[in-house]
Amino acid sequence: MEKTANMTEVKTTGGTTKKKSKGIKTHYDSKIFTVINSLIMIIFVVVTLYPVLNTVAISFNDGIDAVRGGIYLWPRKFAIKNYETVLAMENLITGAKITVARTVLGTLSALVVNALLAFVVSRKKFIFKSQLSLFWIITMYVNGGMIPVFLLYRNMHLTGTFWVYVIPGMVSAWNMLVIRTYMQGLPDSLEESAQLDGAGYMTVFMKIISPLCKPVYATVALFVAVGQWNSWFDAMLYNRMKTEYTTLQYELMKLLSSVMQQSGSAAAASERGAAAAAITPLTIRAAATVVTILPIICLYPFLQRYFVTGLTIGGVKE
Amino acid sequence: MAQEKKKTKSEKNIGKTKITLKEVKRQKSLLIISFFVTVYGLIFYYWPLTGWIMAFQNFKPAKGILGSKFIGLDKFKFLFEDAVFLRVIRNTFCMGALNLITTTITAIAFAVLLNEIRSVIAKKTVQTISYMPHFLSWIIVTGILHDALSSTGIINDLLMRIGAITAPINFFAHPKYFWPIVAFANCWKETGWNAIIYLAAITSINPDLYEAASIDGAGRLQKIFHITLPSIKPTIMILLMMNIGNVLNAGFEVQYLLGNGLVQKVSQTIDIYVLNWGISQNDFALGTAAGIFKSVVSIALIVICNQIAKHTGEERLF
Repeated sequence: MEKTANMTEVKTTGGTTKKKSKGIKTHYDSKIFTVINSLIMIIFVVVTLYPVLNTVAISFNDGIDAVRGGIYLWPRKFAIKNYETVLAMENLITGAKITVARTVLGTLSALVVNALLAFVVSRKKFIFKSQLSLFWIITMYVNGGMIPVFLLYRNMHLTGTFWVYVIPGMVSAWNMLVIRTYMQGLPDSLEESAQLDGAGYMTVFMKIISPLCKPVYATVALFVAVGQWNSWFDAMLYNRMKTEYTTLQYELMKLLSSVMQQSGSAAAASERGAAAAAITPLTIRAAATVVTILPIICLYPFLQRYFVTGLTIGGVKE
Repeated sequence: MAQEKKKTKSEKNIGKTKITLKEVKRQKSLLIISFFVTVYGLIFYYWPLTGWIMAFQNFKPAKGILGSKFIGLDKFKFLFEDAVFLRVIRNTFCMGALNLITTTITAIAFAVLLNEIRSVIAKKTVQTISYMPHFLSWIIVTGILHDALSSTGIINDLLMRIGAITAPINFFAHPKYFWPIVAFANCWKETGWNAIIYLAAITSINPDLYEAASIDGAGRLQKIFHITLPSIKPTIMILLMMNIGNVLNAGFEVQYLLGNGLVQKVSQTIDIYVLNWGISQNDFALGTAAGIFKSVVSIALIVICNQIAKHTGEERLF
């Protein structure tokens, strides 16, 4: 009310006062904007974090008690039993070992091969430069599809082995292009002066280009590593019968489906559970989830600048 | 001297280094790498394409592609007369489009609003949190989502508290909730990650524009709509185009993990159909045919988008 009165008054008087009121108005608008914007951001953060924190709380809660629901950010009936059970589950331990192995081997091999390929196609004088680039860019758009790929791996006897996690995804056109774009941004004079000193291409790659490419290597390594850590479909498709090559995520998926089958009859489950042990698929899955995401959550904030630059290189070309 | 001449020439028309014996010798290491990588690419990316022949055969794994009888387009005829497959196409398209639209809007909105946060620490913190879900696998995201939407989960809890419902809703039992749930899951997981590129584009906007607008008395909302959004329009367009080609590829993991018998009619996508027929039922030919349909439509979408971009004068993919 006061504000409107003030405004009309200003309107009747002229010139300088009018300008001032505009200043005040935008100031008010700006304040309102700041408040609403902050609220939106807070809601965003809550929506992002709450489900994860809730899972952590459930993982520390007694199993049967958790089925009743109503656990928010803190466990109601504290229990460490879930973690003890999870860390003693043999299939999860195997899964964890395989997942670590595939992440390390898969990331290293993918990095070396993609970097070499990117180096080759980014050499300005390479005679098949454009042909080789095109050869790989096509693979981004055309692929055989699930069934022919499955049959190929089966015929190559890759299915039922650990190597099906590492070998097929080694070269990826997208990762190669990210590295290539970065290498193309390096000055040509570096390569030329080294070659005048008698260095061959491999020396240039090892001694000159690679040290400069550390940021983009880190980016690609991160992308590949996260992909390896999180993949489950290949374990299900190619190694369903080979329990010794199961992965962490695939084991988690099995846990998830057991929870989903159980839900809807939550009440019945809690009655049945009363007689059984103090663990349920719900809390076990929560504990396994926390164990699985812990390494990633601890690492990614430190790698932020790498994936931000990497995505920006790969995405927008200014 | 000769080398210098060659260099200027090669700079004029990139990639046109003459193939001479001397050049081949000099580039020996590059050629060796190219050879191995190309063999790898031919095996793992191009060879599966020969599997497309299966779709036109009465394929028997024991006889192989060479020994199986050709039956023409019978498998495709079966597909397009199959009511399930037609529904599956609809589901894939609709969910893909819905996901693309919602994730694009949330990412742009988040990037723009985050950019308006003045406190550097708050901005950094929110952004770091926003990336987190991207690093979680779909197994974990669907698990968390399942908890949140379960009868004792937070969503039902909140809805009951504000009195919107009297009894908990079983979200996974009603087909009408499935598509929104999938779209929300995609937004939850990827908003922060997708916003990286938009944020990079926003930071490259000339600050003089904002200053000039402030002098003209523009409010913060006006600046967003008249400066920020028009400035990042090229980025938005190119990302949209890249993603439209992927619309059909974006429908597997969530739907597979969250789908159940009750919502099957709206949850099944082309990839799930391929998996069901090709792997579970061992009808490799039918699975391949469905996969071919998906590839062809994807490529057509990419080409069409590229043509539209060409005519409207936007940046192009290739």
